Amino acid sequence: MNVIVCVKQIPDPALPGSQDPNTLTLKRDGKLILDESDSYGVEMALQLVDKAGGGEVSLISMAPNNEVSGLRTALAMGAAKGILISDPALLGSDALTTAKLLAAAVQRLGGADLIIAATESSDGYTGTVPEQIAEVLGLPSVTFAKHLAIADGKLDAQRQTEEGYDDVTCPLPAVVSVTAGVVEPRYPSFKGIMAAKAKPVETVTAADLGVAPVGWGGANQKIVNVVQAEARAAGTVVEDDGEGFAKIVAFLENLKVI
Amino acid sequence: MNIWVFAQAANGAPTSGTLELLTKARSLGEVTAFFGGDATEISAALGDHGAAKVYATGDLAGNLPGIAVASAMKAVIDGGDSPDLIMFPQTTEGRDVIARLSVKLDRTVLTNNTAITVEGDTVSCTTPVFGGATLVTTAFTGPPPHLAAFRPKSFTAEPSGGAPAEITAAPLPDLGASGGATITAVHVEERSGPKLDEAAIVVSGGRGLGEAAKYEMIEQLAKLLKGAAGASRAIVDAGWVPYSYQVGQTGKVVKPNVYIAAGISGATQHMVGMKGSKNIIAINKDKEAPIFGIADLGIIGDVHKVLPKLIEALQAR
Repeated sequence: MNVIVCVKQIPDPALPGSQDPNTLTLKRDGKLILDESDSYGVEMALQLVDKAGGGEVSLISMAPNNEVSGLRTALAMGAAKGILISDPALLGSDALTTAKLLAAAVQRLGGADLIIAATESSDGYTGTVPEQIAEVLGLPSVTFAKHLAIADGKLDAQRQTEEGYDDVTCPLPAVVSVTAGVVEPRYPSFKGIMAAKAKPVETVTAADLGVAPVGWGGANQKIVNVVQAEARAAGTVVEDDGEGFAKIVAFLENLKVI
Repeated sequence: MNIWVFAQAANGAPTSGTLELLTKARSLGEVTAFFGGDATEISAALGDHGAAKVYATGDLAGNLPGIAVASAMKAVIDGGDSPDLIMFPQTTEGRDVIARLSVKLDRTVLTNNTAITVEGDTVSCTTPVFGGATLVTTAFTGPPPHLAAFRPKSFTAEPSGGAPAEITAAPLPDLGASGGATITAVHVEERSGPKLDEAAIVVSGGRGLGEAAKYEMIEQLAKLLKGAAGASRAIVDAGWVPYSYQVGQTGKVVKPNVYIAAGISGATQHMVGMKGSKNIIAINKDKEAPIFGIADLGIIGDVHKVLPKLIEALQAR
């Protein structure tokens, strides 16, 4: 079976985020890494293809400046190839435009039995792209899957809900968004990292994919104001000298909650 | 302004997120609720929060709400009743419906919002970014209907004393291949005590607890304080506790009177979900932990030492 995984390359979340003062978009001009949320989808895809006994895992990603370092991480985990959508015209694209581009990239790869994405990215977290891709492609979808199995040409998933989870069954091809923790992602081996360097990544533009308009022109939204949120007043921070618990008790007493 | 609110219900009553959005919507214009299911049980509560009318699809017959409700909305819009704005709760179902509908209508979405303003025909929404440190306001510039999703507890629900919402049928159209997924069983993860997003006191544990078994201290402390136990994403991902315990960007948003964060460093993902708490107490070994930046009382110390003593002191009272 063939699986396509949508992966996002993002600025390292450990570093403080910032906005470009001119465009007010998130700054993504430094080195990008594979969004950790996507490593679960890559692992899931690799395991499903292994289990099926044939086929391959392909990646699609959209990033500025022909950035491929995050893609290489996923290739090092075992994916076979990738498409990178990179085009200066894409700056400011909204989630819907992103979904149209990713859906076009899925078609460029000839489709797949399953398309996997994370439930949301760790930087922009709009959280709608997987379901939008499904709608653009006219496919069924299962979002927020925390468990996934494929048998007899259909998938069975446990879909997380506000109250617990639902058992959901769905014919293939389909789009699935997976939660973090659905599987334990492998670390790329040294051999995998070396092999990844030679794996094919095709770089395409919006025009190559036939999607227009893109960028700010297609976004139908405009950032009009950016302000710093009101900061909380500084509190008291103390080292525990063995009596730290008593400070908490006094604090709670003062609030009359105990 | 003609506004729709995607309504959700649990145990025969509208969710708090639904009532919050209806309350806000009625201050902005005429309000219609849109419900995926039979609205008989909830029409009174919807009306009492500002909805004059509710479109109801009837039983979803095992279809996932995302594709089903979006298709029903599209059919009503194509039929001639097109709103200026549709507001969605930022929930799993709300996200699915807004996403499917955005493609069907070719409209952009604004999600994770905590505020909305309407000036003339211009609708703008505000979203906290960088863990809530910065607020970004974005205006819709395309044609209506505008599609926006709001985080829970962004607004306060208040009854309006309105009459029950008039129920209008919005039957499900044929969903075609996109509607292939079917729900075969529903599992509710029962938990005792107050609900996490309604409790006056929330005690949450994180990776600093070291191992799953130590989460019992969090449950014990929450019980002693008659509060609810929560968790960081890290220990939910690790499988220590179910997702329904998660506080944060991808979990529950809580605004209790007292929030106690034990062994939680304060990743952006977590802070977004609890920053609105009235009083925050943090216990963490690392004095550089970002959680101390928003804590009213911070104890730099080992949760394995502080929590047992705290539990003992509270038991002795």
